[in-house]
Formats: sequence, C-alpha cells, structure tokens
Amino acid sequence: MLSWVSEERAFIAAVVIILLLLCFTISIFIGVKQTAFREKDEVFGDPERTLGGWYWTITGVSSVLLLWFYFSWGIGRAFFPEAGNEMCQIAKLETAIAPITATLPINTRYFKSTTLTRRNSEQLEILLSSMPTSIFTKIEQSELIEIIENSKAIIGVFSNQKNQSKESVAFLKKISSDIRKLSAELRLGFDGYLPTKEALAQPNWGTTYIEIPLLPITSKGVLFDSISNQASIITKTFLKTRNNSDAGDTLIESTKKKISLLKATNKSSVFDEDILIRRKAYVKAVERIFKRLDDGTIFPPKAFDGLNYAVTDLFTAIDETKGGLKLIDTLFVPGAGVIKSRTQCTEQGSGRWLPKPTDVIASFLKLANPNIEAGGGYKGSTLFWWKWLPIADLIGFIIPDKIIDLLPGEYGRHSDTGNFQSNYKDNLLALAQGDIYLGSIPMLDGHIWDSVFRVLVALILGIGLGVPLGIYMGVSRFFKSFFDPIIELYRPVPPLAWAPLILTIFGINDDGKIFLLFMVAFAIMVISARTGASGTQLSKIRASHSLGASNRQILRYVILPNALPEILTGIRISIGVCWGTLVAAEMLAGTTGIGFIENVARVVSNYELIWVTILIMGLLGLAFDIMMRRIINKTIPWRGKG
Amino acid sequence: MSDLICKNLNMTFTNPQTGSKIEALKDINFSLKKGELLSVLGPSGCGKTTLLNMIAGFLNPTAGSMSLGGNLIEGPSVERGMVFQQGALFEWLTVSKNVDFGLRMKKTPKAEAKKLVDKWLNIVGLQGFGDTPTYQLSGGMQQRVALARCLVNDPDVILMDEPLGALDALTREKMQSLILELWKETGKTILIITHSVEEALLLGERLFVMAPRPGRIHKEYKLPFAEEGLTKPLREIKHDTRFGDVREEILSMIWDMEEEIMGGA
Repeated sequence: MLSWVSEERAFIAAVVIILLLLCFTISIFIGVKQTAFREKDEVFGDPERTLGGWYWTITGVSSVLLLWFYFSWGIGRAFFPEAGNEMCQIAKLETAIAPITATLPINTRYFKSTTLTRRNSEQLEILLSSMPTSIFTKIEQSELIEIIENSKAIIGVFSNQKNQSKESVAFLKKISSDIRKLSAELRLGFDGYLPTKEALAQPNWGTTYIEIPLLPITSKGVLFDSISNQASIITKTFLKTRNNSDAGDTLIESTKKKISLLKATNKSSVFDEDILIRRKAYVKAVERIFKRLDDGTIFPPKAFDGLNYAVTDLFTAIDETKGGLKLIDTLFVPGAGVIKSRTQCTEQGSGRWLPKPTDVIASFLKLANPNIEAGGGYKGSTLFWWKWLPIADLIGFIIPDKIIDLLPGEYGRHSDTGNFQSNYKDNLLALAQGDIYLGSIPMLDGHIWDSVFRVLVALILGIGLGVPLGIYMGVSRFFKSFFDPIIELYRPVPPLAWAPLILTIFGINDDGKIFLLFMVAFAIMVISARTGASGTQLSKIRASHSLGASNRQILRYVILPNALPEILTGIRISIGVCWGTLVAAEMLAGTTGIGFIENVARVVSNYELIWVTILIMGLLGLAFDIMMRRIINKTIPWRGKG
Repeated sequence: MSDLICKNLNMTFTNPQTGSKIEALKDINFSLKKGELLSVLGPSGCGKTTLLNMIAGFLNPTAGSMSLGGNLIEGPSVERGMVFQQGALFEWLTVSKNVDFGLRMKKTPKAEAKKLVDKWLNIVGLQGFGDTPTYQLSGGMQQRVALARCLVNDPDVILMDEPLGALDALTREKMQSLILELWKETGKTILIITHSVEEALLLGERLFVMAPRPGRIHKEYKLPFAEEGLTKPLREIKHDTRFGDVREEILSMIWDMEEEIMGGA
C-alpha cells in the first residue's frame, strides 16, 4: 500500500516543493505588509516587538526546507526525474574516454608526457647529487652515475619526434579519426534511438538502494550510451599504444643489466646490516625512476596534437547534444555531478552527503517499523517499541548472586545415587540468577529506549547520591573539604576521556555507559546542590533556629527547598551533557542505541541514516529540555522573585 | 519572673587575617521586665545588631552572661522569637505554611495548628491570604507574615532587627501601629532595633542610645509615647513638642558620635 508513496516520491516532492514556495512567498508578503503596518506605533527596542510574527517563522522554516530540497538535488529529481539517468549516460562516456583525457591538457594544464619528463628529470638530478659515496665502491659509483645518465637519455630519446615508431604514429592517427567520427555521430542527434523494455522496467531514481539505474531510459540517453560503448573500444586501443623505438630499446636493455648486477652484489656480498639497508634503498630509488621511463609512455611534444583536437571537439559535441540538460545540470544539480561506478551511477557532492527530505523520511519509516522480520528496525532491534520482559530477568538484574552466598548453610551436593535434590539455597540462587519463570511484564524496547534508559538510570543515581552529598558539602566543613578535591579532580576531565577506561572496566553494555553518565551527572549535581545549599541566606537559617527547628529539620525544610532552583538547573544541564556523552560513548562501543546506529551508518556511508539519527537526537534533546523547562516553571515559580 | 537580664556583656571580634581585635560591645548591663518595650538606637557600627544576635542566641558573648526568666541563654530558642529586616520568609511556602513553620517543627496536631495560624493571620490583618505564595506579597504584608510566624510560637521575648527599615513611609506608620497593638494585646517583651529616631521614640517605653568604639549604652530614656500611641494616632504624637525636643536631643547626640567617628577615621 505504502509502496505507491515510495515509488511516486519524486511527484510528491514536487507538490511539496510548490507548496513550500507558496508558503514562502505568501508569508513574506504578509510579513512585509504587517511590518509596514506596525512601524507606526512601535518603539524600537520594545520587548513586544520580538513577540508573534508567525509569518516570519513560516518564511524561515520553508526557506530552510527549500534549501534542503535544492542542495540535496530534491528539486532536480522532483521536476526532472529523467535528468539523473541522462547525466549517468554522459558520465559513462566521460568515464570511457577518461584514460585518453588524462594524457591531454583538458582538465589539467600540461600534457601528461610533459609532466612525466619534468618530474622524472628533477628526481634524477636529486638522486645524482645525493648519492651516498661512502657505501659504494668507486666502480659502483660510476656504474650508478651511468644508470642515471642513461635514464636521462631515455627521456631524450622518447621526446624526439624522429625516434617515434611508425606504428604508434599510425595508431594515434586512427584513434583521432575514430573520435572525430563519434563527435559527428553525436551531432547527428538522437532521433530514432529508443530505450529498451528492460531499461524502462528499472526502478526510479533513488527509490531502491541503487541510486541511479545504469540503462538509458530516454532517446538522448540511448545515444550517449551507444557512443560511450564505442568510446571504450577506442580507449582500449589507446591504452595499448606505446612509444617504442629501437634506439630506446637498446638503452633500456643495457641499463636494465647494470641495475640487476648492482642488485646481485647487494645480495651476495657481506655488508653490515645498516649499510646493506642503505645500499638497497638507493638502488631501489634509482630503479623506481627507471621503471617509470622504460614503458614508453613519454611521447614527443607534438605527437598528441591531432588527438587533443579530436577529444576537445568531442567534449564540445557532448555539450551541444546535452541541450536543456546543461541548464538543469547547472541550476538544479549543485555540486559535483553524477559519476558512474560498476553497477550504478551515484550522486556526488551535496547530492551524496545531503539526502533528499523524502528519502530521509522513507529511511526513518523503515527504521521505525517495529516488525524486524519485515526489514524494520536496525541490526536486530526496533527503534522504539515494547516487548514482554520476564520478571525473573528483572529480579536477576537487581539481586546480586553474591548475596545468596552469604546466607547460612551450604549449596546442595549430588547424592550417592547420583541425584541432585536442590535445597533452599539452591532455589534462592536460581531466583537471583533469574532462572525461575515468574510471568512477564510489558517493557519499552528499541534503540531510542536503550539510549533514554541509560540516561535515566544514570540521572536517577546521580541525583540520588549527588544531591545529598552536595547539600552536606554546602553546610559542613568536613564534607566540603573531604570531598572537594576528589570531585574537582575528576570533574574537569572531559567525560569522553574517561570512556575508554570505564568501558574497559565495566563492559561495553549498559553498565559501562551508565557508570560513565553517572560520573557526569554526579559531579554536576553535587556542585549545583552545594551552590544552592551554601547560598541559603543566613537570616533564613537563623529564623528557622528561632522557630525551633533542629539541624535536621533545617536541612530538610529550609536548605533543601532553598537549593531547589540550583538543583533543577543542575538536572537540566546534566541531561544535556549526559545525552551528548551517551551518544559519543555509544559510537565508541556497543550494540544498541541511537549513537550506535549513527556509527554503523557512518561506516557503511549511509548518509540517509546518519541524518535520521541526527534528527532523532536533536528532537529528543529538545524534548528533554522543554520537559525540564516546564518542570522548573511549575516547581519553583518563586525563582528570581524571592 | 521571665525577665531578660544581661550582665557585663562583652563581645570582641578577631580579624582572622590580621589578628587585630575589635571591641563590638563592652560591659553591657541591663534588665528588661516582662512586657516592657525597648527600642535600641545608635549610629551604624555601634553593635546594635550584635547585641540582638547575642540575645537571640546566634552569637556567644566573649564575656558576661544573659538569662531569660532565670535560664541562661546559650543558643537560639523558641522563647526568643526573631523578626528580620527583610522578613526572611520561606518563599517556597504559602503564607499560612510560613506561619505554620514553627508549629510543624514542634509537630503540633494539624487541627490545632490551623486554628492558631488562622487566629494570627487575622490579628496581623492577613485573613484570606493564607494560600497566597509569599513572593507575591508586598513588603509590608511580608513583614506581617514574619510577625505572625514569630508570634504563633508564643515566644516570651520578640526581637526585631530593623523590622520596618525596608518599608515606605505610609506602610511603615501602619506597621508601627500594628506593633504597638500587638504589644498591648499580647503583653510580650519586645526589643526593637532601628536606625530611625522617630521610630525608636514611638516604639520604646525605654530607649537605649548606643555609642560605638567600643559599643556601649550611652544613654537611657524612659518615654511615654508608646503608651500614648495605643490610644492616639501616631501622627499626632509626632507633632507633640516633647516628642520634638527629645528627637532633636537624640539626633544631635548621634550626629556628634558620627562626627567623632569620621574625625577619628
């Protein structure tokens, strides 16, 4: 049922984009009108000026959504659903002739032969001047110099027009004329080219894990596809073309012999270990440059003139044939373009790392589907759902087994007949280990719940232990001076710096993360409760003394409520810091949680999932904060008014 | 009888950094009979508040002793109720919960406590404000709550540390009448510290003028104005020539002391 929504997402996006544009323009119109109307009776700097103005909110939100649609190529895909496929065919052609283009100054400034000549000559000079004379004999030195001079000579031989083999000249001529034929064919247009049935049956752009299907679905695409097939045959011929000549071959042969002689000496002779290593390294460096030269990839300076002209013309022909696609490419596909990989074409640039809004929603719905068998959830766990939790598991989690060991009596033994009769201690142990079935209770489950659960438990522990300690530190010299150094020493360490250690000690499951978060929450709670307690006005404490309150009563009924604003602010800060730390800790290690999902998504480069987790985290953090703000406003209405 | 007796009170503060000593109070002797109304006046730094804090039991004298009704004063107690300048109310509690505080600490039965609270709220003129949060009250009303909170505990002595200092003139006058009324109706011993000469004259059967360096009782007056204030409007008393004479005398006395301090400094 929902597959219709998925397949028609381009159309739905188009409708949404138009609606957004309408919202954007209409609210700007209203906003401008309202501003003009209000200008008369408003005072600049009046706090009331910042209230209301929903139309600007709509303008802001819709402009962000439109920017998102634009940079994620959502607009391009929505209104020009075939553009991606056509760009894919062009990418095919460009990929097919890429090896030829690479030798020409088309995307670079120099011919590849020029670059090779320059670089290798420079490196040969450096090798010659840095020869370590102490580790080679006089004869070896002169041999090495000869090898380097030979290498230079090889460059010279290949660069000379006279030495170029007739065969390679003929090959290059043939390739140039073939490419010119391709350009002519492109210029003839794509009338009569028809996509195959197979191609039309392919999924739409972006609806499956294949981003852009390979086979051409438009006439223009079919033309580019067929040209690209011919181009790859031409490229194969080109790659076989070598600038071999007799003069070059003789030089190469003799140099090769000299190098292998030197290498043989290195093997047979008895050198000190460190000298041997240096000898080998130098000979290897010389050989490496020689090997770059002996394969005949350096051509004379004018050898590629014809080819250069033909390829440049081919690119012009591509541009001419592109037609309207050129405009779409420039306007609606910002960033790099489409590139072709083995099985599909993929978006590059912002189209790649910024998934389209519709795709993010689809990814979220898949993740939120509680039915794991049907492909929902992630890595064997739902996003946010519930399950039946056996009560026994809960008891096993709460009661430590060691407590049963402390009970009087011994565990049972097997009898003479080889039977085992369990006694009361065995039975209690089974209970503590969660082996006795006691029925089940419904319990929340899923990645989000796992993350929230960790934060909640850590917060409860941190508040339960941190607030009393903080209050005592606020009123007692002993508590303040005894605990202050301990807390002040561990608190400034960024929580994540503790993570590797804590996760090693307590394990990568809930225990380790809860302890890490507890440390964070505890320090914040202690400090905020202490500030609140020590900030109690002396007159209030004196008044309560005069009213007959004991020290305990003053702590409970005066100092604690007085510290409440600071404590609640502390809780609010703790939630924020815990949430941030937790996500990072889950990325470090673990098998569930929202940070875990993002980490796996990062490893497999699933940008849609990364954005989904980012949005979930942001929304949850916002929800926590709004909740705390509500609680603060309800619990301590006197704040700032006392 | 439950008289408040102070014998040879001395208070010396030592500066923990320099070790230098300041004599805040020196040889204070006085006794206050039950039901007496005493106001204490003096330039700033003369030890008025120190004296009050010592009687309240918040500070221990370096020498001398204090007793109330024959019992030595060694710490804060319900017998000696205290009203502070800013009220020192518990802003997280409502008006009646504030008044109820002392009773709750004593674990008084709820029904009885409620009766007492209602009674005292009526007396201080706050009927119907029981459920109002204290931070919503005006300054005068807050001081009324502070008075009720103190009186509900039925203390023998009420100590007031500049209780009306933060109020505007009109509210102040109303509160002065209220204090006089309470004094008459309850018959409590009341000790008021103030920096307003007029207030000291109006709210003191007896009046101590204190002098600084070292803090001591410079002069004692016995005044009729508090008694008169129970029947006559306070504004009328202020226009009395006797009132004016004493006020001028005390003002010039304090003026001289201030001059002396400034000259010496």
